[in-house]
Amino acid sequence: MGNKAEARSDDVVIEMKNITKKFGDFVANDNITLSVRKGEVHALLGENGAGKSTLMNILYGLYTPTTGDIFIKGKKSVISNPNDAIQKGIGMVHQHFMLVKPFTVAENIILGMENTNIIGSLKMDHALQTVKEISEQYSLHVDPDEKIRNITVGMQQRVEILKTLYRGAEILILDEPTAVLTPQEIHELMRTLKKLTKEGKSIILISHKLKEIKEAADRCTIIRRGKKIDTVEVSKTSEAQLASKMVGREVTFQVDKEDKKPGEVIFNVEKLVVKDNRQIKKVNQFSLEVKRGEILGLAGIDGNGQSEFIEAITGLRKVESGKVLINGIDITNKTPYEIIESKISNIPQDRQDRGLVLDFTVQENMVLEKHSQRPFANRGILNHEKIRLFAKDLIEKFDVRPTNEDKIAKTLSGGNQQKVIIAREVSNDPDLLIAAQPTRGLDVGAIEFVHESLVKQRDADKAVLLISYELDEIMNVSDRIAVMYEGKIVGILDAKKADIETLGLMMAGGKSDNE
Amino acid sequence: MNKRKIYNFFSNKVFLFTLISILAGLIIGAVILLFAGFNPLRAYAIIISGVLGRFKYISYTIIKATPLILTGLSITFAFRTGLFNIGAEGQFIIGAITATAVGYFLHLPAIIHIPVVIISATIAAGLWGGIAGFLKAKFGVHEVISTIMLNWIALYFQNYLVYMDGFQKPGGETSYSIQPTASIKLFGEWKLSDAGFAWFNSNPFLRDLFKTPVNFGFLFAIVAAVIVWYILKHTTLGYKLRAVGFNKNAAEYGGINVSKSMIISMTIAGGLAGLAGAVQVMGVTHNVSLLAAMEGFGFDGIAVALIGNCTAIGSVFAGLLFGALKYGGTKIQPAMGAPSEIINIVIGTIVFFIAIPRMISLLIKRFSKKDRL
Repeated sequence: MGNKAEARSDDVVIEMKNITKKFGDFVANDNITLSVRKGEVHALLGENGAGKSTLMNILYGLYTPTTGDIFIKGKKSVISNPNDAIQKGIGMVHQHFMLVKPFTVAENIILGMENTNIIGSLKMDHALQTVKEISEQYSLHVDPDEKIRNITVGMQQRVEILKTLYRGAEILILDEPTAVLTPQEIHELMRTLKKLTKEGKSIILISHKLKEIKEAADRCTIIRRGKKIDTVEVSKTSEAQLASKMVGREVTFQVDKEDKKPGEVIFNVEKLVVKDNRQIKKVNQFSLEVKRGEILGLAGIDGNGQSEFIEAITGLRKVESGKVLINGIDITNKTPYEIIESKISNIPQDRQDRGLVLDFTVQENMVLEKHSQRPFANRGILNHEKIRLFAKDLIEKFDVRPTNEDKIAKTLSGGNQQKVIIAREVSNDPDLLIAAQPTRGLDVGAIEFVHESLVKQRDADKAVLLISYELDEIMNVSDRIAVMYEGKIVGILDAKKADIETLGLMMAGGKSDNE
Repeated sequence: MNKRKIYNFFSNKVFLFTLISILAGLIIGAVILLFAGFNPLRAYAIIISGVLGRFKYISYTIIKATPLILTGLSITFAFRTGLFNIGAEGQFIIGAITATAVGYFLHLPAIIHIPVVIISATIAAGLWGGIAGFLKAKFGVHEVISTIMLNWIALYFQNYLVYMDGFQKPGGETSYSIQPTASIKLFGEWKLSDAGFAWFNSNPFLRDLFKTPVNFGFLFAIVAAVIVWYILKHTTLGYKLRAVGFNKNAAEYGGINVSKSMIISMTIAGGLAGLAGAVQVMGVTHNVSLLAAMEGFGFDGIAVALIGNCTAIGSVFAGLLFGALKYGGTKIQPAMGAPSEIINIVIGTIVFFIAIPRMISLLIKRFSKKDRL
């Protein structure tokens, strides 16, 4: 798609000139200039909190810039609210979808723009026809009569895109569109983006995932700490260059770790069977061993039983049959407390739902599992001073920001919330550390930190079980890779010998040859 | 508390909101009084002098406030741990029945009798509250539903007991009164004796004060408030309960037994409401009577907890305010013919405005999104 990047500059559809946005003393956007051409995918790259979303919210009329101007097709425009933005041909697909779940796809698409006849009843036939036409034009396949709550996340995103197209958007802003999608859905989305630009639409893609920018974007503007760093042609720039511009220093994608001979088996699962809430067997005769001094990566596509497996081995879900052993001790169907006591720690998949009590302070969260133990409590009375010192120490060691143990957890950024969890779990000094999607939604700097923490744990001769849907992560961090498919292990590979094709095949249920 | 802390407390947003809500409630009450043809300033003056004018009035206000503080604490405690205890009403009744029965049937010296009555009433009501916690933990029955049901069961249970032979006072619609040894009224017996009568006559100030059923109940309420504050803030139990209240998934993941926490929380909440019932019987009524409807101690407790921003100390002050309005409000009827129901409107309006700040701050958040990150 690189050839389109050479489009003439008079094709510029959106120009944001010298945009500055201040919140009190804080400068979120500092003199940023951005121009988007017709028919291009323009990526906006930056770490969490760099100011990407602020800039796009200005374009979408949610914020007004402190100084600076916006030109649409060369004409100076003031965008006062989202309705205004839509009128001017700007549509936005938010990271968290804005759909009415009990309504059908078609009802959601026309919501707010309903055509009615003279007595005010909906002209649904006409709406259905239009929805059908648009979805065919851009090959965005949806079932207009299906209710939103019954369709997949990928499909819901298509509905959001159709919604903006139905409103006549020429410029589409997509905010972290792949964060919630499976690999196949991401693939599908990339195809859609190509189709859209071919039809003359322009797309602004907010992302911090380099790979997808490389894959989809023509040009890329990098923002760091509110300032524009550069706008580059994606085809002429390497991922490493993009990353170093984003974080302001060299970034190594390869996780540094020395060869290490794994020790004895510390954790094993034998013929585990676990059912989900609908009583369907999600983990089926599953067996696995993790050794001291190794990181075992569990690869697989989301929904193949990973969640149920983690819940079962951490005591949050019932084991139907089979055994879970740590250090030779049977912990099958023990309570979460007993399992934590037997030296298993878990960085949970959903940090806001499981990992943190968001309304608690950082220091209260730091002792979630240990609050009843000495020195944090004595005979049921909390020792606030000891808890504070403990939290302060961890905040420093794990570089949690802001460095304030009294902060309420929900006010921290995602990366710092994750640091709190990692600090807490590692401080338990576990023999087995389970890390479930530990880098989801984090930016490059934070990801590096998480990976280093896992490797440190391994180097301290502990066992690490990494569950991730990101193949790159699995391949970079793990020593051995087990692939899970439909509740079973389809094969275990040495990470050094594994290649992405073989793993991809196994994740789809195929067998490995070099097993 | 040092100066800075005191300053922070009073400049606290929640405190200001509460104050504004109380003012707004009083203003709306004034408007209603005005429409009904009464001078609101005079009405409020009557209420104020009716509450603070004499030691006797202050004493009555505190007596009125005591059970409300305790039911307020009950709702506060449950609320802070993520549960909505509508059942304080029924737990109050169970506490009152138990206090009456233990106070009447047992014959013990006062020093033993009083603690025995208090403890048994608290435990009985705690178990009653625990039923709702158990139903929620075991079968997922929502505590609002189960406690409403339990309220009615408690009410009819009391009416059944009041008519039981050996408990019903012959010829009346009340039970027998508790033994004097179970009373917590100050100088209860002595006041009525010849010596006491003579002594009080020579001390008109004290006579005024002790004419009321002044009792130790308020002390119990204060102690209970301190205990509630201490449990929530300084114990591992409080930590566990609050963690479950905020996010039970994270609590479960962190090794906290969620079901157990719910049962304990409802048991403590029930115990507090039961203590309110016991204090009312031991200090004021000395018996239980046939109930045609709910007395409202538990429901008023919900308002007290809300006005007190669901804190222990807040419940004490809100309970006192409530007691003052309820007691002072009765005085505008004889003095100027204004219906004392106006006071209920004032209280309702205050609660309404207390609820609104939450709404207002939500709205502010919504609209100021424009200028937030």
